[in-house]
Amino acid sequence: MEPMAILSIFVLSVFVGFEVVSKVSSTLHTPLMSGANAIHGVILVGAIIVADHSKTNLELGLSVAAIILATINMVGGFVVTDRMLEMFKGNKK
Amino acid sequence: MSRTVYDLIGLAAGVAFILALKGLSHPKTARRGNLIGAFGAGLATLVVFFYSNENSSLPLNNLGWILGAIAIGLVIGVPAARKVQMTQMPQLVALFNGVGGGAAALVAIVEYLNLGDQATTAEVVFTVFTVIVGCVSFSGSIITFMKLQELMTTRPVIFPAGRFIIAATLISVLGVGGWVVTALGTTPLLILAGLSLLFGILFVLPVGGADVPIVISLLNAFTGLTVAASGYVLDSTLLIIAGTLVGASGTILTRLMAEAMGRSLFGTLFGAFTAKPQDVAAAGEERPVRSGSPDDVAILLNYARRVVIVPGFGLAVAQAQHTVRELADLMISKGIDVAYGIHPVAGRMPGHMNVLLAEANVPYDQLLEMDEVNPTFGQTDVAIVIGANDVVNPAAQTTPGCPIYGMPILEVNNAANIIFLKRSMRPGFAGIENELLYDPKTMLLFGDAKASLTKVVSALKAL
Repeated sequence: MEPMAILSIFVLSVFVGFEVVSKVSSTLHTPLMSGANAIHGVILVGAIIVADHSKTNLELGLSVAAIILATINMVGGFVVTDRMLEMFKGNKK
Repeated sequence: MSRTVYDLIGLAAGVAFILALKGLSHPKTARRGNLIGAFGAGLATLVVFFYSNENSSLPLNNLGWILGAIAIGLVIGVPAARKVQMTQMPQLVALFNGVGGGAAALVAIVEYLNLGDQATTAEVVFTVFTVIVGCVSFSGSIITFMKLQELMTTRPVIFPAGRFIIAATLISVLGVGGWVVTALGTTPLLILAGLSLLFGILFVLPVGGADVPIVISLLNAFTGLTVAASGYVLDSTLLIIAGTLVGASGTILTRLMAEAMGRSLFGTLFGAFTAKPQDVAAAGEERPVRSGSPDDVAILLNYARRVVIVPGFGLAVAQAQHTVRELADLMISKGIDVAYGIHPVAGRMPGHMNVLLAEANVPYDQLLEMDEVNPTFGQTDVAIVIGANDVVNPAAQTTPGCPIYGMPILEVNNAANIIFLKRSMRPGFAGIENELLYDPKTMLLFGDAKASLTKVVSALKAL
């Protein structure tokens, strides 16, 4: 990819990231952190890609470890965030 | 699947992540936001299985290994997330973050081994960045996990010449990073990973218990940036977008948290470099305290007009949320005005206590945030502090130089009477003595919070 295109994506994403969370009550800090934490679990995509081009046993072994860790991060992250937020919903009734 | 379709789906996932963060920022949309994020992540993962470029073919190589590894991840991750006690949730988040950082570092290492001599300088630089930050995030998160789980001391761990050791480690990390970029080779990269892991440990050890949530949030932002850097190396726009979003929003969130806790972000981050050995809490000295019985407490409550309950982590540990609600309902039925004063970091993290009380169905309108409840302590007859300590410690306002100085507190010292429910005289998570315990208007009720509260409830019923 063009370096300029990558830089543009990066800079614009930084601003979007700043913007979307700029005003959050402290009540939501923990769920928001946990949700953002789950999102970076998409490194799973990267782990699958490198597992696909692994040529040696070492590469494959490390990729498999990466996939396991990334899956825990992503799926566990979304599940635990949902559990936290489920409780917030309960007390609105 | 063509590259265009693949990229379009990646873009859709990126948009889903933006909507997810946006949704998570508002109470009403938070749960939906999280589900949108999960949908985006699932979609992004699914399409990888259906895309091949000119160098590869479908199905993916090593498909069995890939699916097996995902299955193992699911078997570990889902039950952990489902079964964790809500009181232990902060350390689970820390752990999830750490494994994400570890995954990013591993991905970078594999891609580096794979590219060999064909890697461009830019790719090597990004690889070095990912390995360093991913490893720091991994080992640092493990230490925060151990601190929160109380597998190790929650106090700052400071050793002689610590800051020189930390500075030396950082310089070696950067030096070896430079070596990898110029010399290329597997051995330097593995040395780099090892040194970075060590640096992560040294970086988090001097952080005191009260600052741990801020560090978790910061490491979370770090992991985001490593994901973005891997995106560059792997030519994946999606990873760049997702990683940068988390890096940026995580940085803002870290700052917001530090503000809510009245902590200096700079002080927290560079505590490792500036910390000097100091004697924390000169404990051991015996001073008289006034302890009471459940009956004394019940009588005090019976003649109160306004009572503020200050719940802390001790309440959660004792699983006393339901009993405290029973006590509150009983007082309300006697015409007493009852509110809960919630400190932003009551529990272990901002918002943690709200989650725990919501679990016990405490009505939302009885939960007052610190700014709302503080001006009312002057008209409060009794403040009941249940398993909290640091968040009501006046030392935060009166003792410059103590580790929590400057942290906003719940000013229970302005109430006419204070009742502390405590298991022992042990200091709080930050490891600082609380003068309020020795105040003449303070009464202490020792014992397990749930057992004590149950006795108070029956004593109050009998009156």
